[in-house]
Amino acid sequence: MPGSGLVLGRARRERLQVGESETVGPYTLLRLERGSLDPGIPGQFFMLEAPGRVLPRPMSLCQAPPGELAFLIEPVGPGTRALCALEERDAIHVLGPLGNGFDLDVERPLLVAGGIGIAPMPYLSDALGSPPAILGFRSERHAEAAVLLTDAEVVVEPRLVTELLPEDPGDVLACGPEPMLEAIRALVPRTQLAWEAPMACGYGACYGCVVEVDGHYERLCIAGPVLREAA
Amino acid sequence: MTVPILNASGCLDALVAPEVARSLDAFVTKTVTPLPREGNPPPRIAETEHGMLNSIGLQNPGVDGFLEHHLPKLASLEVPIWVSVGGFSAGDFAQVCSALDSCDDVATVELNLSCPNVEEAPETSAELVAAARGATSKVLYAKLSPATSDVAESARAVADAGADGLSLVNTIRGLQLDADTLRPQIANGPGGYSGPALRPIALACVYACAAAVDLPIVGMGGVTCGRDALDLVSAGASAVALGTLLFSDPEAPARVRAELEAEVRRRGQGFAAGLRGAAHGSTMSRPASAE
Ligand SMILES: Cc1cc2nc3c(=O)[nH]c(=O)nc-3n(C[C@H](O)[C@H](O)[C@H](O)COP(=O)(O)OP(=O)(O)OC[C@H]3O[C@@H](n4cnc5c(N)ncnc54)[C@H](O)[C@@H]3O)c2cc1C
Ligand SMILES: Cc1cc2nc3c(=O)[nH]c(=O)nc-3n(C[C@H](O)[C@H](O)[C@H](O)COP(=O)(O)O)c2cc1C
Ligand code: FES
Repeated sequence: MPGSGLVLGRARRERLQVGESETVGPYTLLRLERGSLDPGIPGQFFMLEAPGRVLPRPMSLCQAPPGELAFLIEPVGPGTRALCALEERDAIHVLGPLGNGFDLDVERPLLVAGGIGIAPMPYLSDALGSPPAILGFRSERHAEAAVLLTDAEVVVEPRLVTELLPEDPGDVLACGPEPMLEAIRALVPRTQLAWEAPMACGYGACYGCVVEVDGHYERLCIAGPVLREAA
Repeated sequence: MTVPILNASGCLDALVAPEVARSLDAFVTKTVTPLPREGNPPPRIAETEHGMLNSIGLQNPGVDGFLEHHLPKLASLEVPIWVSVGGFSAGDFAQVCSALDSCDDVATVELNLSCPNVEEAPETSAELVAAARGATSKVLYAKLSPATSDVAESARAVADAGADGLSLVNTIRGLQLDADTLRPQIANGPGGYSGPALRPIALACVYACAAAVDLPIVGMGGVTCGRDALDLVSAGASAVALGTLLFSDPEAPARVRAELEAEVRRRGQGFAAGLRGAAHGSTMSRPASAE
């Protein structure tokens, strides 16, 4: 039932064909034909059907070349492995764009990403006119993904992205593992951080993805995944 | 015959996804308790090989918040509203039911007698239904757990206590451990097991209860397609609810409805007439139909 027309805000659900995928270090760049889906705002995500699994998986849009949606996927478990194993001309259901992306109205953006947190950065960087970026990876092999973002500063563990933050970093737009986001939040007054939580639905139906915001449990899929903070 | 398609309680927020709610024959709210609840700490969900576990812990705005902020907006969707009611004692059930009793926008009250993720009320299901029955004249559905040795006996007891219908089934408690740490993946430990793995269990419960009592039944548990819905109706359900399926496919209500119609059409006119309870052969007295 391609394009059968469900609309959730700007999100649509459609069965999309898989194009040619690429390997980028340990990650897979999965290219899908775009169909009638809107690529949305950088930092928004899509729910991708993971073949053979009960639940779809949330993925940030990595690149939006004409007619395509491209996702950078790290195989960490059964769902992401099934997505990385997709072959050209396979087709999967995709719902999106979902959630709140980055606010692009910032004066001095600095992009910071750790590991697979690089996923939303190429699309974000394009939208902001290639601002400065700092990337951290846990090995040289993972750092191969830095090719997706030209001119970024790259550190490999044990060095951390926070070591490269300038004195006055401006507006930090970041995505990465929770300890990295917590460290940035402690150091930087104005941030937009893209968080993660396990998600069953991605559209507010299950209450599975809550995070604590101002002392209450909020659904990250509709309140985030990008949460703003200004001290 | 037409089979109403509902959502399962806690598996759709009609205010966030009104288009999905409008594709249903009735919308069932997440369980409402007397006081607001923050719910259980995250992580709250884990996927399993054939289903999922959840421990949401009845996060909800409480009955006052529900009546003030949610119900007026739900009413504007123009879909019949079923309110799921929960609590920790007979008094809790009575309190929420009496608050809903005067609301014209509430079509039906479904009593969640069986959440596996919160403490149970000390009273029996029949006592909780009796307390609710005393507090409201609304149509009352009793939602039962599949985790009893004799669900038909529970069905008879809640029918005698004044239930007008049954919702079968709620989730069943399960546990999954993280492969690396061997600790539970869900913060609270166990969670309610739902999805395809629950399907044969739900089917057996509907089958047993349809033979035991003459009440309409909303069948649910692992439905993924029209054939699954057909099975529940054949076992004795008069309506079908979709839960976990909505997470992967918000378009499922229209699809399952169309697939069910096609399944029935394929089997011919005569079949459609005797569809509900067909699995019982001639052993089941014809049960009442759902309203
Ligand atoms: C909004 C959002 C955007 C995302 N974007 C991307 C992306 O662009 N590329 C990408 O590779 N991944 C992304 N992820 C993470 C990805 O969705 C998960 O890695 C995936 O769901 C794991 O599924 P699995 O079956 O492979 O592994 P599982 O077996 O489900 O999980 C493997 C391990 O990761 C943990 N885990 C699972 N899901 C999450 C989660 N959401 N957050 C933290 N830990 C988790 C599990 O507890 C387990 O230890 C995103 C997540 C969110 C919420
Ligand atoms: C995330 C989640 C939340 C749920 N919340 C409730 C709830 O608040 N009240 C309730 O009666 N049932 C709740 N349920 C149970 C469902 O309504 C349904 O009985 C069960 O999931 C079986 O159907 P399914 O296999 O189609 O999901 C919940 C189920 C899930 C998966
Ligand atoms: S993932 Fe279901 S509510 Fe957020």
